[in-house]
Amino acid sequence: VDLPAIAEALVGGVLIGAGASLLLLFNGRLAGVAGIVAGLLQRSPGERGWRAAFVIGLLGGGIVFGWLRPSAFAPSPVSLPLAALAGVAVGVGARLGGGCTSGHGICGVSRLSRRSIAATLTFMSTGALVVGLLHILRGTP
Amino acid sequence: MNARIVAASASGLVMSVGLCLSGITNPTKVLGFLDFLGRWNPTLAFVMLGAVATHSLLYRAITRRARPILDAEFSVPTKTALDWQLVVGAAVFGVGWGLAGYCPGPVIAALGSGGSAALVFAGGMLGGMAAYGVWSRGPRTLASALGRGAAPDTRTSGARES
Repeated sequence: VDLPAIAEALVGGVLIGAGASLLLLFNGRLAGVAGIVAGLLQRSPGERGWRAAFVIGLLGGGIVFGWLRPSAFAPSPVSLPLAALAGVAVGVGARLGGGCTSGHGICGVSRLSRRSIAATLTFMSTGALVVGLLHILRGTP
Repeated sequence: MNARIVAASASGLVMSVGLCLSGITNPTKVLGFLDFLGRWNPTLAFVMLGAVATHSLLYRAITRRARPILDAEFSVPTKTALDWQLVVGAAVFGVGWGLAGYCPGPVIAALGSGGSAALVFAGGMLGGMAAYGVWSRGPRTLASALGRGAAPDTRTSGARES
């Protein structure tokens, strides 16, 4: 058991929940990242400012961590074409399903939303199936 | 308007520090967490535990207020019915998550470090979102899907949920 990693996961989770709560308290919005990003692509200009600012905050945290601890960003183990395909699936799936790991998995589950609980169980299951299938195809344990 | 922008960027920053610290920006850890059928690494379950515990407490406290500090009302989805879009969308989302180990928040944070896998994934994700926008609204709204128009949005609740 890796206790420092568990402590960081827990503290990181608390910060994620706190950041989402700030957005709700000040802006009255749920911090679903997919919805916020998609809104930048299609919403009226008046709705774009806070969305862009939120995304810039997300990027900023990553830049700071890139200096402090580059190991937080080990690259994805998959090939670039597969990463692109996975990105398309995540983009389409998050829009069709009305949320992602933050919107459904954190905000929705916290609100005890039936839809979000169903979505979270669904994407955890298909994610686990894909990981299991890839192990079989690649012959890895 | 400026205060809303400051609040939103602070919220994104706090969330991003949490994502980066938690380990969820590392795709190998994410794939280990999803490996229920093999060598399961449960560490990232604690991310969800911390986030949901914190947000469910604060959500209840915050929504007791009549309104948010900088807006007239809270925008929270009211839809409760399960439909095929929710299930199929979440299933497709999980396939992408399980393939590469990235989801939308962590991949944007990972962009800050300049990795090519994160960049390619994020490009695919934006393309997928734009394609969904075109498909769901019809070709006439292509311009707005690309961010050049102000077409009326009839799918507000779905968008806000995410």
